[in-house]
Amino acid sequence: MTEVTAPWEDPDQKPLIRFENVTKKFGDFVAIDNLTLDIFEREFFALLGPSGCGKTTMMRMLAGFENATSGRIELGGKDIGSVPPNKRAVNMMFQSYALFPHLSVWENIAFGLKRESRDKQAIAARVEEMLRLTRLSKFAKRKPHQISGGQRQRVALARSLAKAPKLLLLDEPLGALDKKLRQDTQFELMDIQEKTGTTFVIVTHDQEEAMTVASRVAVMDEGKLIQVATPDRIYENPGSVYVADFIGDVNIIEGQARPLEEDGQFEIMWKGAHDPLHAASTRTFGAGQTCYLAIRPEKVAITAEKPTAADNAVQGKVLDIAYLGNLSTYHVELHNGVIIKAQSANTRRIARRSFTWEDQVWLSWTSTAGVLLDK
Amino acid sequence: MRKFFLIAVPYLWLLALFLIPFVIVVKISLSDVAVARPPYLPQFDWADGIRVFLSELDFENFVFLTSDDLYWKAYLSSLTIALVSTVLTLMIGYPIAYGMARAPGEWRPTLMMLVILPFWTSFLIRVYAWMGILSQEGLLNQFLLWLGVISEPLQILNTNIAVYIGIVYTYLPFMVLPVYAALDRMDTSLIEAAEDLGCSRLTAFWLVTLPLSRNGIIAGSFLVFIPALGEFVIPSLLGGSGTLMIGKVLWEEFFSNRDWPVASAVAVVLLLILIIPIVLFQRNQQKQAEAEQ
Repeated sequence: MTEVTAPWEDPDQKPLIRFENVTKKFGDFVAIDNLTLDIFEREFFALLGPSGCGKTTMMRMLAGFENATSGRIELGGKDIGSVPPNKRAVNMMFQSYALFPHLSVWENIAFGLKRESRDKQAIAARVEEMLRLTRLSKFAKRKPHQISGGQRQRVALARSLAKAPKLLLLDEPLGALDKKLRQDTQFELMDIQEKTGTTFVIVTHDQEEAMTVASRVAVMDEGKLIQVATPDRIYENPGSVYVADFIGDVNIIEGQARPLEEDGQFEIMWKGAHDPLHAASTRTFGAGQTCYLAIRPEKVAITAEKPTAADNAVQGKVLDIAYLGNLSTYHVELHNGVIIKAQSANTRRIARRSFTWEDQVWLSWTSTAGVLLDK
Repeated sequence: MRKFFLIAVPYLWLLALFLIPFVIVVKISLSDVAVARPPYLPQFDWADGIRVFLSELDFENFVFLTSDDLYWKAYLSSLTIALVSTVLTLMIGYPIAYGMARAPGEWRPTLMMLVILPFWTSFLIRVYAWMGILSQEGLLNQFLLWLGVISEPLQILNTNIAVYIGIVYTYLPFMVLPVYAALDRMDTSLIEAAEDLGCSRLTAFWLVTLPLSRNGIIAGSFLVFIPALGEFVIPSLLGGSGTLMIGKVLWEEFFSNRDWPVASAVAVVLLLILIIPIVLFQRNQQKQAEAEQ
C-alpha cells in the first residue's frame, strides 16, 4: 500500500455497499433494526458482536440468502434486493467452509468458474493461479477430507476468490482453527486482500481478530450498529460502555461528573472516595450527571510509593495476579471495595516481581488516560 | 481369546442359519425326485459310506432348468420386474425423502413415523387391502367411475401393473429411509455455496445434492431390488396368470409339483443371481464407511 487512505472520511467517495434503513424481521424477532451503513471499495470491514446480534444476517443479506424486510441494499450504486445469490458479484466463504466433499480441491476451486461458460484453458489457468496464491498446488488432487483444517480453510478462500468477486464475505472464517494457525492466517488474509484488491467483509465474534485484520470495525448489538470506526479509535475512543467493555479489558468506574473551570476538565465524585478523580473529555457533562470512566488496565501504573504529580492516585491491596507471560494483570482492591485492574509488562524475571498478594500498592493514571462516557 | 469369542458368535450364527441350510438346499438340488419322505434320493446312509452317496449326486436338475424355457423366462421376467420396480420406487421415494430432509425439524419425527407406520400392520393384510382397492369392483375403479374418467371398470388386479403397485408400495420405506439418511446428513450450506458460486437451484441439485445422496440411492436400490427379485406373495396375490416371477415358480415346484430337487436348483440359481448385487451392495456400504472415517 502506498498510502493509508480513509475513504469513509471523504464525502465525495461513492460506497461499494450501502445499507439504507435496512430492517430484517424473522417473525416477531427484529434481527436488523433500521440500519444504515456504507462500506467502501478495498476495505477490510469487520462486523463484530456477540452471537445473535445480527451480524450474520447482514452478511446473508449481502450474499442474497435473506431479503430485507424493508430498506434498501446497494452494491456499486445498484439496488440488489431482488437479485438472487447466483447473479451477484459477491462470493462468500462459509463458516463451515462448505467444501463439496465429492469434488477434489481443484474441482472445488473450479466450480464457480465452470458456471460462467469460460473456456477450459482459462478455467485451468485461473485455478492454478488460485492454488498458487493460497499455496495449495500440492494438494490439488486431494479430496477435502484428505487435507488439514488449515488447508481446507485456504481451499474455501481460493474457491470464493476464484471468480474475482467485487465483494468477498467471510463468515467467521477462522473459527475452526487453533490460535497459532489463526494468527498466521489472519496475516495471510490481509496479504491476499491487498494483493487482490477485493473488498472484504468479515463477520466475527473474536474482537482480537477484528482488530487485527480490519480497516474498520462495526460493533453490533441487538440488530443495531453501536459504533463504526477504525480499530484504534474503537479501542482508544469507545463511544459507549458497551463498546469499551466488548473490546479488550477495561475498568469502568461509575460516578458523578462536575465540570471544572478549565474547558473539558472534569472531577468525578465516586463511590465513597474522599478525593475525586480527574478526567478530560470532549463530551459535555452537567454537574452531578452520572458518568462512566473507562480506563484500560495497561494505562494504570502500579507503584509501591505514592507517585508525585499524578492526576489520579488511589491506594489498595493486591487481590489477585494474573500472569500472562509477557504481561501481568494485577487486581487491586481499593479501600472503598472497588477492584481496579492494572497491567504491567514483565520486563524482569518472575522471581524478582515487585508485588505479591496482599501488598499495599498505589495505582495512578493521567487525566487523559481514560475515556469519560455518558452511557 | 475374548476377541475370538466375539467374532465367533456372529459366524456361528451365519453358519447355523445360513451356511448349513444352504448346503442342504444345494444337496437336494443335486438329488433325484422320489416318491418318498422326504421326497428325494439319495439319503445319506452310514452303511454305504460317503463315496456311494456322492456318486449318486448329479447336475441333472440344473440341466433340466436350461431345457425348459419357463425357467429362464421367469428369471428374466423377475429381473425386469425387480429392476423396473426399483426405478419406480426411487422416482417416488427420492422426492419423499427430499421433502422429509428439508422439512422443519419439528415435523421430521412425524414424517418418519408415517413412513414406518405401515410396518405395524401385517404385510399380508396390506397386500389383501390392495386387492380390495384394485379389483374390478374395488375402491379405485368405483372412484374413477364416479369421477367419470372411465365408463368401464379397469382390469388392474391380476396384471403386472398391480404387481408393480404392490412392490413399489411395500418396498418404498426401504428406499426412503437410506436416501433420507444421506440427505439429512448433508450440510445445507453446501447448497448455498453452490448457489453463491453461480448455480441455479436446479443445477445445485444436480451437481451437489444428487451426487452427495448417491450412497443412499445405491443402498436403497439394493434394498428394494434384492427382495423384489425373489418376491412371491405380491405376484401370486396381485399378479395374474401372465405374471411370471421366479418366486412363484419356486413355490409351484415345491408345493404343487412336489419336485424338491428342481425347486432347490431354482433357488440355488436365484441365489447365484443375487450374489452379484449383494456383493456390490456390501462394497458400497464398505466404501461409505471408509469415506466417513
